[in-house]
Amino acid sequence: MGELKESRQISLEPSESGFATTKLDALLAWARKWSLFKYPFVTACCGMEFMALTSPRFDGSARFGAEAPRFSPRQSDLLWVVGTISQRQAPVLRRIYEQMMEPKWVLAFGTCASCGGFYDNYTTVPGIDKIIPCDVYVPGCPPRPEAVIDGLMLLQDKITSGDRRPAIVKPREDPLKGLVQLRKGKQQEEA
Amino acid sequence: MSERVLQVLRDKFGDAILETHSQCGDDTAVVDASKWKEICRFLKESPQLDMNLIVDLCGVDYPDREPRFEVVLHLYSIPKRHRLRLKARVGDAEGEGAEIESITDIWPGANWFERETFDLMGVTFKNHPDLRRILMYPEFVGHPLRKDYAANKTQPLVPYRTESEAGVPLEKLAPFGADEGMPFGRKVWGTETDR
Amino acid sequence: MEPIDLDLDENELELPSEPMHLNMGPSHPAMHGTVRMVLELSGETIVKSDVQIGYLHRGFEKMCERGTWAQVFPYADRLNYVSPMLNNVGYALAVEKLCDIAVPDRCQWYRMILGELARISDHLTCTGAMAMELGAFTPFLWFIKAREMVWDILEEETGARLTHSFGRIGGMAKPPTPALKEMCRKAIPTILGILEDGEGMLLKNRIFIDRLENVGNISGEDAVALSWTGPCLRASGVAYDVRKAHPYLKYDEVEFDVPVGKNGDNLDRFLIRLQEIRQSARIILQCCDRMADEGPVNTDDPRVMLPPKEDVYTTIEATIQHFKLVMEGAKVPKGEVYSYTEGGNGELGFYLVSDGTGTPYRVRIRPPCFPITGGLSKLLAGAMLSDIVPTFGSLNMIGGECDH
Repeated sequence: MGELKESRQISLEPSESGFATTKLDALLAWARKWSLFKYPFVTACCGMEFMALTSPRFDGSARFGAEAPRFSPRQSDLLWVVGTISQRQAPVLRRIYEQMMEPKWVLAFGTCASCGGFYDNYTTVPGIDKIIPCDVYVPGCPPRPEAVIDGLMLLQDKITSGDRRPAIVKPREDPLKGLVQLRKGKQQEEA
Repeated sequence: MSERVLQVLRDKFGDAILETHSQCGDDTAVVDASKWKEICRFLKESPQLDMNLIVDLCGVDYPDREPRFEVVLHLYSIPKRHRLRLKARVGDAEGEGAEIESITDIWPGANWFERETFDLMGVTFKNHPDLRRILMYPEFVGHPLRKDYAANKTQPLVPYRTESEAGVPLEKLAPFGADEGMPFGRKVWGTETDR
Repeated sequence: MEPIDLDLDENELELPSEPMHLNMGPSHPAMHGTVRMVLELSGETIVKSDVQIGYLHRGFEKMCERGTWAQVFPYADRLNYVSPMLNNVGYALAVEKLCDIAVPDRCQWYRMILGELARISDHLTCTGAMAMELGAFTPFLWFIKAREMVWDILEEETGARLTHSFGRIGGMAKPPTPALKEMCRKAIPTILGILEDGEGMLLKNRIFIDRLENVGNISGEDAVALSWTGPCLRASGVAYDVRKAHPYLKYDEVEFDVPVGKNGDNLDRFLIRLQEIRQSARIILQCCDRMADEGPVNTDDPRVMLPPKEDVYTTIEATIQHFKLVMEGAKVPKGEVYSYTEGGNGELGFYLVSDGTGTPYRVRIRPPCFPITGGLSKLLAGAMLSDIVPTFGSLNMIGGECDH
């Protein structure tokens, strides 16, 4: 019987300034997180929400200094993998990732990029972390732009703290909260 | 209105038209595969029928019967506004010998449709200008839309990373096991449960 | 090679003359779909191009064979993901044609409203992205702002902005909210206003017009021979619109025009999409006037429709009906059908083969932009390298649909 493995989730509170080793590292981290050049590797439907994210209503990248898209892997440091990656596309993605220079981060935008989505078939890669390391997963099909902003802020926290463990964006509100009486005990603290 | 189309076809080609029906209002004719191109050319060039738009060309796999594949062609006439579905059966039980004439020189738009049918179903089109895979990558072996190709059998181009390489757990288990959530009474064509 | 400062006749110089191969890779800055073009260039002119699709092939047709008839809706949504409602409605109409079910009038008006909203969203995205790729970023942002208004209405109705999976066999997932008509009537004039602003910005711009006019020409006969339909075909002068030629839902009871172009170039395709937005707005307002405020939205045919939840929890018959519909799927009669609607890019067809069980035997989508992208290499022959961008943009190739 399959069980849901506990994934390592990092909560979304702004980091009480995770420590950096030296002042220089702190300065570099600060500079890097406020000037991420993105490589939008856009394939599918999530691309529409990606467009909406850059639109004036959500402004999900400009206010973080992450607006400038660089369509060359040499000039970018954040790889946004937006949409489903098919087996045919996989070598292309791997190549682009390898061409990027350190320090580089990867954001998996959408469920298809995080885990293959509901395309469990001969042609879809079940998540980009099967091919390249990924830092932040933003689930959603497609995720709301607010979720992506949360993902970007989560990535910024990780850049500050120098943490390279992958993290998943949690929803802002638990949709079951107050609706379902879960078993007491373990779930008590989540209710 | 389009009963005329079937009648004209029957009058002209007689024996080559094996069956006809008009289920749900769609006129359909099953024809002999050897007369495929001739019938298509007649449909395009006859002034009475004038089927100038090829709407769709695809294949359907019926592994329980022989010939196994059915090549289905949908045609439309923009000036006369009638439609026709033309079908031809090819291929034996193992999927070999599924060949039919290409109609790319009658309707150039058939080019990619035939490539896709070749790619996903394995039906070869004779005299096609450029018959190669279109949706799958050239290294792919097999024809995925056939019923005997398991849906989740992958042939990765880039080998997957292992957990030791990644340093983090990569296995994302579905909330139910492979044998749960099974379709009740549905016929399930082979799935592979190992990845 | 000879040194060039010698006094030589032009024909005596040996210059390399092999064409250059350039790869416009599957990851490229254009916002439309992931496609790879292998170009053979002679200077700036394209001699031959090989358009390779399939980078977004997600196995739609194979996935449909693994679930039930109703489980196809989420997959259908993601085909043409800029106008998902049109795909939902198209697929629902196909299954209903096979089952011989008629949906109530209110549902037909509702489907038309949501479908035309989706079409507006599709055309806004296409024209906005086309403008952005040519350097005009501002109209893109304006059109996305207008698209957000459309998505707000869809979010209020269906719960999701983009991939709603709202269609059901025999109706819709939920009835229209009471606020639908008011929201549409408020949003449409604003959207049309933004459209006019965008047009004013773009269509008086000499550079924009020069890049689009007389580029990517195709004649009517060539387009028909290549199996084009939709705005791309109408730009070449052939007035074929499924809504007018073979009306479905209530399209024969509303008044709207079908814009038809003359030259078949990029500018015509661009302008036609802008005009179609206006026509869609007209249709929506008429539907809002005609749609009843009360009445059933779903058919009550027990073969396909889930029973009301109160009955499911209290009576055994409804429980069993619910169980069988969900677990085994609606038992669609054996046979085959081809049903066609006007999608965002042209004739969107679904060819369904049923073997009488609850699992589809074959679901084939006839993607409108598949043959259109097939004709791209013909459009690009002899064009310049920088003409690829507006030409490809004007075709509105949506990867999810083209690669299904």
